[in-house]
Amino acid sequence: MDFIRPTSLAEALRAKAEVPEAVPIAGGTDVMVELNFDRRRPPALLDLNAVGEIAKWSEVDGRIRLGAAVPYVRVIDELGDRLPGLAMAARTVGSPQIRNRGTVGGNLAAASPAGDSHPPLLASDAVVEVASVRGTRTIPITEFYLGVKRSALEPDELITAVLLPPADGPQQFSKVGTRNAMVIAVCSFAVALHPASGTVGTGLGSAAPTPRRAPEAEDYIAGELSALWQSPAPLADSVLRRFGELVGAAAQPIDDVRGSAAYRRHALAVLARRTLGWAWHDYCEGRVTACA
Amino acid sequence: MTQMTRTSNPPLTTPITGGVGESPLRPDGALKVRGEFAYSSDLWADNMLWGVTLRTPHPYARIRSIDVGPALALPGVYAALTHEDVPGQNAYGLEHIDQPVLAVDVVRYQGEAVAIVAADHPETARRAAAAIVVDYEVLEPVDNAETAIFGEGVPKLHEGGNLVRYVPILFGDQDATAEVVVSGTYEVGMQDQAFLGPESGMAVPAEDGGVDLYVATQWLHVDQQQIAPALNLPQDKVRITLAGVGGAFGAREDLSMQVHACMLALHTNKPVKMVYTREESFFGHVHRHPAVMHYEHGADRDGKLVYVRAKMFLDGGAYASSTGAVVANAATLGVGPYNVPNVKIEGWGAYTNNPPCGAMRGFGAVQACFAYESQMDKLAEAIGVDPVEIRLRNALSEGSVMPTGQLVDSAAPVRELMERVRDKPMPPARTSEVDIRTMPGGASNTTHGEGVVRGVGYGVGIKNICFSEGFDDYSTARVRLEVIGGEPVAMVHTAAVEVGQGLVTLQAQIARTELGVQRVTIQPADTSVGSAGSTSASRQSYVTGGAVQSACAAVRAEVFDLARERFGVSDLALEGGKVVSASRGVLADLSDVLGDRAVEHTREYRHRPSFPIDPLTGQGNAHVQYGFAAHRAVVDVDVDLGLVRVVELACAQDVGKAMNPDAVIGQIQGGSAQGLGLAVMEEIQLSGAKIRNPSFTDYLIPTILDMPPMTIDVLELADPNAPYGLRGVGEPPTISSTPAIVAAIRDATKLALKRIPVRPEHITGT
Amino acid sequence: MRVKFTVNGEERTADDVWEGESLLYVLRERLGLPGAKNACEQGECGSCTVYLDDTPVCACLVAAGQVQDREVRTVEGLGSEEELDPVQQAFIERGAVQCGFCTPGLIVAAHDLIRRNPCPKDAEIREALAGNLCRCTGYEKIIDAVHTAAAHSRGEATS
Repeated sequence: MDFIRPTSLAEALRAKAEVPEAVPIAGGTDVMVELNFDRRRPPALLDLNAVGEIAKWSEVDGRIRLGAAVPYVRVIDELGDRLPGLAMAARTVGSPQIRNRGTVGGNLAAASPAGDSHPPLLASDAVVEVASVRGTRTIPITEFYLGVKRSALEPDELITAVLLPPADGPQQFSKVGTRNAMVIAVCSFAVALHPASGTVGTGLGSAAPTPRRAPEAEDYIAGELSALWQSPAPLADSVLRRFGELVGAAAQPIDDVRGSAAYRRHALAVLARRTLGWAWHDYCEGRVTACA
Repeated sequence: MTQMTRTSNPPLTTPITGGVGESPLRPDGALKVRGEFAYSSDLWADNMLWGVTLRTPHPYARIRSIDVGPALALPGVYAALTHEDVPGQNAYGLEHIDQPVLAVDVVRYQGEAVAIVAADHPETARRAAAAIVVDYEVLEPVDNAETAIFGEGVPKLHEGGNLVRYVPILFGDQDATAEVVVSGTYEVGMQDQAFLGPESGMAVPAEDGGVDLYVATQWLHVDQQQIAPALNLPQDKVRITLAGVGGAFGAREDLSMQVHACMLALHTNKPVKMVYTREESFFGHVHRHPAVMHYEHGADRDGKLVYVRAKMFLDGGAYASSTGAVVANAATLGVGPYNVPNVKIEGWGAYTNNPPCGAMRGFGAVQACFAYESQMDKLAEAIGVDPVEIRLRNALSEGSVMPTGQLVDSAAPVRELMERVRDKPMPPARTSEVDIRTMPGGASNTTHGEGVVRGVGYGVGIKNICFSEGFDDYSTARVRLEVIGGEPVAMVHTAAVEVGQGLVTLQAQIARTELGVQRVTIQPADTSVGSAGSTSASRQSYVTGGAVQSACAAVRAEVFDLARERFGVSDLALEGGKVVSASRGVLADLSDVLGDRAVEHTREYRHRPSFPIDPLTGQGNAHVQYGFAAHRAVVDVDVDLGLVRVVELACAQDVGKAMNPDAVIGQIQGGSAQGLGLAVMEEIQLSGAKIRNPSFTDYLIPTILDMPPMTIDVLELADPNAPYGLRGVGEPPTISSTPAIVAAIRDATKLALKRIPVRPEHITGT
Repeated sequence: MRVKFTVNGEERTADDVWEGESLLYVLRERLGLPGAKNACEQGECGSCTVYLDDTPVCACLVAAGQVQDREVRTVEGLGSEEELDPVQQAFIERGAVQCGFCTPGLIVAAHDLIRRNPCPKDAEIREALAGNLCRCTGYEKIIDAVHTAAAHSRGEATS
């Protein structure tokens, strides 16, 4: 096994082009587990810790450009106001030690349906920025996930950033696990209200082979809310429930060691109805950023 | 301290501190907080090799052939051994010698060891193990205990069939009838001890042809007794020293890497270290027996029990381990701490192709307690009284008779324990202020109060302390008293295993109290002194405590002889480093009396005998002592998502004598946490006899956000039979916390909940 | 490969490191610093918590090569020969140590918490230490120890 330690993005991309099987490692929170558990023996590790370009975030053309190697702890501490949904999800990732190292870029690269970042990225229409020696391209988040642990990333590409709009309305994230901390999602859900466009974004985790949105639920609730954005009023329980049902219906979960398919579908409906209720309540109260 | 006789004098001695009944700091504490304490995985030697085990992926298969050639061909590999290389008897076991050191022609559970490898780096060893070619004929596994025993056409997994042990308990009238009858079937999933320090150790070949093994275990001598025949060595050539133990909870009572490391060391003539990974650890030790239990309770209209009938099936997995004793515990303690005039309990322990099960904290009593406490709640509901009241009406007490016919001849304060937890103030109701960290679901932000219902539940349990059924249960202690640097120092040497519970602290406390010296050195535990028995069954304070006390008494008697000769008085005591006469006060410094003499004595201590139970009726004085604890659990349940937050646990336990009050509290808190884990999250999930979750990602144990604050009452009702009146502490709190929590969840959800761990699906019905 | 980094203030070099090795392995098996413990190798237990450039991380999830030229501080680097760190002292005094296997990781995590939050409340302690599993204590005495250590660090006397 080789250990490649580039100090610039250009150098990293050259290395990836030369050895496409090299596994990028930043926080190591997924890659090292596979190495420690003897699941994977790649020909090389490509250490991204010294690639400064991808370890910072900035605001570009009205969007947040979140470098792929920014750890979760910085998302929580520095972006809680602008990306509340993602920050809430980040807070549920593993332990403080994991949040100090783990990154949104790593979550995307692993493309596990259970990754905590995916639902808020989906709900906010994020765009994934990837690069190779051939150039840089962007992939809409809905086109990024191709299957269980498979993504649209080409072998010679590295994820460099995620681009997403700062919250223009309340956002929420909620995840079910069978203990009160440090759990992999049995299922998870994110919702983002977009008052400017009169739309609602959703994201479902651990609910299907890939993270996904619930388009019917989004359409339904957008219709229900269309008259309310300007004069907010509490939502009828029946509306919240219908939204939940449609979210549950959008899931294609499986039975596994963490939970049954039926439970996941049920729980997603509960999470959807609750998080929408919280987000809408915040909107009615004039709050953009949710507080949990 | 004993009061002196002449009241006009000032204090005659400076009392020593840190004796029995106090809570001195752990002697290993500073090493542990600095990271300098040498655990079994921290060992190192020059030219050391790494040992790795090849395990079968199949729960049941015939082995057609094993080829280690490809492993040996790799550079850096020093040995690749199979059953053919086992020097002696290729079998070991605690109760039955039924488990091969390395599989011969059949594997009986997923993860059974097939070959071992030694190499100069763990990665090399792993690659070598992976290179070994094993040709299996895969067979259909037997994965159900009841089917294994009673099913037709089920393969016999061992020569004698699939029954490990059948224990009937017949007491009173077998045909008794009652006005109120409740029944239920209860299931307990397979729990893992999940100690944090995986199996590990280092074997060093010795010049005399023997081997020195440094290992984390629970019972050095029983390891030695099993290792020596496998290595074809006399026992004295297998010298074992205890390395630092990262928790045990029963999982280290059976052998794991001991023989393997010794074989590799003897074969390569180099030190060999083996350290299991967490995944391997799930395959490398026995677990808590899963159980299916059918219960029927009959009572009169006042809720007084008339009879209990039960059938319980415990899955012992592929090898017997301590299944026989676990079944006996479940059966003999199967009605719980209650007076029941008529009992018929039948317990079966089975061989299957599931992972082997054996000792885990609570040892059979845990499974039964979940069932009988669930039944008591059901009975309370049927009678129309509250759950505490039904327990009070039937509470066992001193003078009661157990279903084995055994008289309960020391304190059994079941009533008082229940009343104490009942009378604790309730935790405050949830306020409207939302801190998600205190909600069901915790930091995952699943509820801000929606769907959250509070529930309260109770549980009380009984556990036998020490080894039962006539086992020759003893411990050995060597105590030496001498002057070092002008100060009298006691040295205590036993083979008793410190697993974290604080036995090293306790041994020093006993020596201080008995010998009146401040400084005590605890020697490393090893096999150069006699057996101390196992660190299990809540027995070490009792048995090794008794041995240290008894060896100290022998040392003290010799010192008194010296003092008598010199001072001509016989009303002597050792206090504060001085030899004191009741009539004449301080006679001399102990150092003066000792001079350059070292006084040393070794003593064995046996508790009062227990007796076998009759194999047909289950009658007999099987147990040495009973321990009791009660819990009240308060939970918040998110009934929509099925998530549980334990809000508070109250516990009351009788410990006879709190030898070290802080350590007692630590045992109660830790034991209760393990019971919490079993109640709501911990299970080794099996599918076709394969483990689906061998990792800390999917085998979940409670985090600091799961464990609630506890209020604890410790009773000290002396047992006249036990040293200092003490009663074993470690296991009872694990036993009663589980049913209390489940009862609280039932209270919140009004669901029957017959299986633990309670999963969200059980609550939501999805 | 060769990896050179600073450990507990001292520059150290490890040779013949296999590229798949973790920082934890290098510390424990190559540099004679077994304080950080190996209990799960997947970041679930926190027993291997060390500071990497002043940030607590699971050493099992850091590739050895990633620490080149960086700074690591382990439990062995807290306190001094003569005096324990207040967190270490509090863990002993409060009975927060039983088997002790989780202790080094907890001490680093608690040390970091108290640096950031000199007066942590129970809920904050619980969230900060949620990544450190303990199987012996039920955590109550660990919470006590953190309060005691925090008070010590603030210069307050405790009983």
